[in-house]
Amino acid sequence: MRGMLVGAMLLAGLVAFPIWAQAADEPFLITLATRAVILALAAVGLNLALGQGGLVSLGHAAFFGIGGYAMGILASHAQSYAPLMEWPFVIEGTRSMPVIWLVAVLASALAALGIGALSLRTTGVYFIMITLAFGQMLYYFAISWTAYGGEDGLSIYVRNGFPGLNTLVPIEFYGLCLVILLVVLAFHAALIRSPFGLALNAARQSPERVRTVGIDTRRLQLAAFVLSGAITGLAGALFADLNRFVSPSMLSWQMSGEIMIFVILGGAGRLFGPVAGAIMFVALEHLLGGVSDYWHVFLGILLLLVVLFVRGGVIGLLAGARR
Amino acid sequence: MPPALIAEQILNGLQFGVMLFLMAAGLTLIFGVMGLINLAHGSLYMVGAFAAAAVAGATGSFLLALIAAMTAAALAGALMEMVVIRRLYARDHLDQVLATFALILVFSEGTRWLFGSFPLHLDIPAALKGPVTLPGGIEYPRYRLALIGIGLTVAGGLGLLITRTRLGIRIRAGENDREMIAALGVDISRLYTIVFALGAGLAGLAGALVGAIQSVQVGMGEPVLILAFVVIVIGGIGSIRGALVGAILVGLTDTLGGIFLPEFFRLFLDPATAANLGASLASMAIYILMAAVLIRRPTGLFGARA
Amino acid sequence: MTVLVARNLVKTFGALRACDGVSLDLHRGEIHAVIGPNGAGKSTLIAQLCGSLAPDSGTVSLLGEDVTGLPVAARARRGLARTFQVSALAMEDTVLANAMLGSLGAQGRPWRFFWPVMRDRALREAAEQALERVGLADHAATRTADLSHGQRRQLEVAIALTMAPKAFVMDEPMAGLGAEGSKTLTGFLDTLRAEAPILLVEHDMDAVFALADRISVLVAGKIIATGTTTEIRANAEVRRAYLGEEA
Repeated sequence: MRGMLVGAMLLAGLVAFPIWAQAADEPFLITLATRAVILALAAVGLNLALGQGGLVSLGHAAFFGIGGYAMGILASHAQSYAPLMEWPFVIEGTRSMPVIWLVAVLASALAALGIGALSLRTTGVYFIMITLAFGQMLYYFAISWTAYGGEDGLSIYVRNGFPGLNTLVPIEFYGLCLVILLVVLAFHAALIRSPFGLALNAARQSPERVRTVGIDTRRLQLAAFVLSGAITGLAGALFADLNRFVSPSMLSWQMSGEIMIFVILGGAGRLFGPVAGAIMFVALEHLLGGVSDYWHVFLGILLLLVVLFVRGGVIGLLAGARR
Repeated sequence: MPPALIAEQILNGLQFGVMLFLMAAGLTLIFGVMGLINLAHGSLYMVGAFAAAAVAGATGSFLLALIAAMTAAALAGALMEMVVIRRLYARDHLDQVLATFALILVFSEGTRWLFGSFPLHLDIPAALKGPVTLPGGIEYPRYRLALIGIGLTVAGGLGLLITRTRLGIRIRAGENDREMIAALGVDISRLYTIVFALGAGLAGLAGALVGAIQSVQVGMGEPVLILAFVVIVIGGIGSIRGALVGAILVGLTDTLGGIFLPEFFRLFLDPATAANLGASLASMAIYILMAAVLIRRPTGLFGARA
Repeated sequence: MTVLVARNLVKTFGALRACDGVSLDLHRGEIHAVIGPNGAGKSTLIAQLCGSLAPDSGTVSLLGEDVTGLPVAARARRGLARTFQVSALAMEDTVLANAMLGSLGAQGRPWRFFWPVMRDRALREAAEQALERVGLADHAATRTADLSHGQRRQLEVAIALTMAPKAFVMDEPMAGLGAEGSKTLTGFLDTLRAEAPILLVEHDMDAVFALADRISVLVAGKIIATGTTTEIRANAEVRRAYLGEEA
């Protein structure tokens, strides 16, 4: 119950803060809030695999980056009027966000299906190392793939469009991202209560039990992994659109680690945990980054303290024990 | 392609492989004995490289630099173990990942703070500079040959340590049954610190040795760490022999893939496309190798059956 | 009619033959108890019957179908329900949620992502009925971690019930129950055999001799005798090998 209250306060803040920033004429703060919302979306994706499914994926940057490159590739082709493909049928680039999102979601879901099917042959520490390795594989692939910028990445000149909105106006783009986050949170909340959610949660706690009642846990976890990758991929497309830039760094292992930090700082398995974690991270980055160039030291110490002494993250601290 | 070039590339792959082994051996020992996944192992590699660069800069002696690298990394490892790591043995892998990720942040930024962002330079010792002519007329850098020698010597020494010494017996006992060796009166917490420091020292040695042919900089450890993970996954967690075989497989695949894949594609594609496609695939070759091993044997080549 | 059949199961771990040519069957309407000293290979046998361990050789069939190559979940869907010696439950979830997991699996439909599972009347009724039958109805909303040891055993049985199985395999359901609890459960299992036969692995000899239609004695990976309670009581080899008596 208190978890819901904390969540409601977070959402109120996410609505109120940019309105205040708009009134105070601080467009930079709106961009900062947009960053937090998009990163929160990426973390909500990971939370589905990690918090609900117990799958410690240290390679979610792969899906984040695939979403980003889906944006970069489609938009750069639209920008240069060169089709992506001419044979056997023509595929043109696009500047339309809905189309880009669809491609981002499908591409990252497909990647998650492949990576998940291989990684889920193993469990525990093998799973962690393998997801990390596959993430790194895509990172090096992007670096060596010179057709789309290689190490330097891809820039686009103008943010992509959404029907009826001027996405170049910070607050309008922010609103769009927030609505997506809310829709995905609602999806996540429904999922937790669904038959699938019940089985997935039980499979995290006692896989043997779930198999014993006749449910194939690996398929269950693979489905969660694919959904999770798709959500993180969508966040990647938005993130690239926010920066109008995509580079291999979106695929790096540090990115995977950061997405995981959002989930854990906020509280794994809790609906609003990743949102709280991402907001905290962006706020810390902004505040401490302004004080010291070496703010990662503080971040590291904070994370260490949370892991060693605060079980259940910030939401856990505020809302008490889980459920 | 001339045979001399192929031989040179095989040696390069071997050299890369034995350096990976130094990293992977520590990781796999630590996992085997303590059940801990340590992301900060790459930081110890970096600590070794920086210590070596600093000592070599001050004294001019490469040997002293290597000793300093191992000592500094082993001390940093022991400290890390006593302050943070030992609180994590009873935790799940997620907590271990996060806490050791946090350690990376602290070590990386701390090193940047101490030494600045510019790469340091570590020179190859004069005695090992220049090429050496191998049987068959192959010219090969003397230093890289020395790396292969050092790596294989350490591998052999580690094998002897594990099979022949009292410490080794305790380590193997610890892998099999933790309660048992505690019951036998072995100071388990000291054993853990020693194993951790041993692994750290090996990582530090690797960092210093490789630092002389690449640059010594913050963030140098993590790419190697992830490759070492690939090595362990291929070889099987907990197995030193698996780590050696896996490391050499990965070293050879990576080096030879980079040379042969573009050549291969040139057979039926235009040179530019072939170079691009070859380079892209080569960058993924070791991960494809890993996936192939996983499909055949989910617990690695030498891993215990799940 | 024979529901569950094991033929010549062999399983070795290194030099240890944990299961050394075990054959055994479970008929409709019976309780077939498997007894044996610790380390006799009872857990290895159960694991092979239920599919969590593949035998080196030998076969397992369920309702006439060879299921030797099938994984745990596939055997469960064909009607094999198992309870665990050490409770395997979703500890963070409620008792009702755990019981519903069983009916969810039995219906074979966990692939629904939106409709709240708690509002699925068919699932819920099956779960509530099973809880009622084992005497846990009052604890439906309790967090499973807060249950006593004995109540967890009851929940294990309830989950198995929700699956409406063709055969039960129960791994020491009486362990840690106490005299009163054992008596209640014994009475309950007695009525259960009419629904589906039970392969009962149990240490509690009072329960075994009160319930079993047939008993198999497993010693060092081999079944040394199978027979009615009277036959087993009288069997000299069993007395020597298992009960530790002079012949």
